[in-house]
Amino acid sequence: MSDHEYTPKSKAGKWFNDRLPLLTLANHLTDYPTPKNLNYWWTFGGILTFCLITQIVTGLVLAMHYIAHADMAFESVEHIMRDVNYGWLIRYIHANGASMFFLAVYIHIFRSLFYGSYKSPREIIWIIGIIIYLLMMAAAFMGYVLPWGQMSFWGATVITNLFSAIPFVGEGVVTWLWGGYSVDNPTLTRFFTLHYLIPFLILGLVVLHIWALHVPGNNNPVGIDVKKPSKDTVPFHPYIVIKDGFALLMFMIVFAFFVFYAPNILGHADNYIEANPLVTPAHIVPEWYLLPFYAILRSVPDKLLGVVAMLSAILILAVLPWLDTSKIRSAVFRPLYKQFYWILVADVLILGYVGAMPAEGLYLLIARVATAYYFLHFLVILPVLGLKERTIPLPLSITEPVLGGSPNMAMAKKNESKIE
Amino acid sequence: MKNILKLFSVIILFSVSSVNVISAEKVEFLKTDWTFKGLFGKFDRASLQRGYQVYTEVCAACHSMKYLSYRNLSEKGGPEFSVAQAKAIAASFEVTDGPNADGEMFQRPGKLSDKFVMPYENVKAAEAANGGAYPPDMSVLVKARGGGVDYIYSLLQGYEEAPSGMILDDGVHYNKYMYGNKIKMSAPLSDGIIEYSDGTKASVEQMSKDVTTFLMWAAEPSLEARHQMGFKAIVYLIILTVLVYFSMKRIWSRVKSEV
Repeated sequence: MSDHEYTPKSKAGKWFNDRLPLLTLANHLTDYPTPKNLNYWWTFGGILTFCLITQIVTGLVLAMHYIAHADMAFESVEHIMRDVNYGWLIRYIHANGASMFFLAVYIHIFRSLFYGSYKSPREIIWIIGIIIYLLMMAAAFMGYVLPWGQMSFWGATVITNLFSAIPFVGEGVVTWLWGGYSVDNPTLTRFFTLHYLIPFLILGLVVLHIWALHVPGNNNPVGIDVKKPSKDTVPFHPYIVIKDGFALLMFMIVFAFFVFYAPNILGHADNYIEANPLVTPAHIVPEWYLLPFYAILRSVPDKLLGVVAMLSAILILAVLPWLDTSKIRSAVFRPLYKQFYWILVADVLILGYVGAMPAEGLYLLIARVATAYYFLHFLVILPVLGLKERTIPLPLSITEPVLGGSPNMAMAKKNESKIE
Repeated sequence: MKNILKLFSVIILFSVSSVNVISAEKVEFLKTDWTFKGLFGKFDRASLQRGYQVYTEVCAACHSMKYLSYRNLSEKGGPEFSVAQAKAIAASFEVTDGPNADGEMFQRPGKLSDKFVMPYENVKAAEAANGGAYPPDMSVLVKARGGGVDYIYSLLQGYEEAPSGMILDDGVHYNKYMYGNKIKMSAPLSDGIIEYSDGTKASVEQMSKDVTTFLMWAAEPSLEARHQMGFKAIVYLIILTVLVYFSMKRIWSRVKSEV
């Protein structure tokens, strides 16, 4: 990775480093050349690392007090809220932390879509990212089941029932997943086990994600390759560290607002009612971050095809580097793509909205149109656009835009300011 | 291509406005000034104590509050009865304990460490005594209802004559704010149903407000601590953010670039 050799100054350091080159790694991480034109959308990688660590640390404490049993789970959560020292704080950080995690990951993903960070040579980083995202959804869903409230129970019932759509073996698979003939104690205990396991899988994948990133280096808002190290780059420390730190603090203020002043606003009231297999809630809705996919699922009348559509909506992202035929990375130089990008953003927001509404009448119609458009974007618009679009000429280096150099760049800058 | 964007925003506007039409039939809840809302929101101590009185003299006949203990009544941020008062309250309840050395269950006066005594032995007994409807546990009731305190406050005052044409079964009552307008609980409050020990006039509105405040505390006993810590945490974060911002500007001034 590192282009230069590193030798520790102290004798002890050298002795250690010859046996385990941790100091070389640390040196690589601090010196890592980063394009100096990265904007604040690039700070979400650091923010996401913070989110993951926060969830793991608070989760560890919660697991010390939580009881994974259908008869005691709900009560143990109340015990945490009332009797554990600062239990309310830890639980609210963990619960809202999940939402903050997804907020950050959506910004991170859409940043990549805008600046074409998924394109060659960064496909592997992108695919690892999609796997992390899938695991995050699994972890979040299982975590939501653990308090054993009404939404926990019925959400688990609805989602696990999706597997019954698998031809021939569906029913058997569902029984196997449940560990019985309905969602019950065996389901809860295995969800708890997996909820504890998955974050560590994510942690491992995050290491790979960063490793894969450090091979080609960061993409940047201009989207052209950067010579490293050069006058176009700055060492990661202190430049990027302080910038990421600043952005993280801003993020933490928003986070703190939710934790301290609106801790339940992102959850559903029904989850404060203890699970009751005999009473079905009027509307079963997942957490907000899963709503777009829930809308896609419900917009297809056939159960199996609905599940296929929902899974495809996520997995289609994994092949995105090959669906997007354009060689130009940044949307700044792709005037048409930029417009379709914002339409996609609106489309996903609309899907999220109708996902929270009952699947009937006008909502269902909107959901169907938006679902169709979602697939149209990836399967038709992106491949065709890359071949047909007339792009704006790229600058020769990122120093040009930074110093406000060439006429092309002036135009690109103007376009960019319009976005914000 | 600009047209695509325009067309799209028109579609969004249209769909949002039509969505509003669909959900327009929602009932507006009654509003009152809750002292516990806002950045520095705190409970009204006297209201909490009165609310406990309403709960224990009216609601507790049917509704349990199984996650609360008598000790909570004297804890900081709650009704803050004195420890002696809380002990007296606890002792006024008979608690089943045991088994003793002879293997027998026995009755004794309640202690601070006891959970609130439940009105019924179990859910089935509660249902049997209430025409098949289970009076929900009130520990987290405020958080378990969309609309929260405003909903509970409104519901308590929402009993009206059923509109003509609506047929109510025996033991079912009309309530303006209840989901589907049909509720098994008869109007629990009426003017003067209890006598407040602090002399406040026990109107339905006053009792609704007091008991809802009490329920809010029961569901969120650390609300005051949360608000206090939240303010400190956010002020601290803002100061740190400003300092880090200037450090960042300083560090980046060495490079010809913008931050």
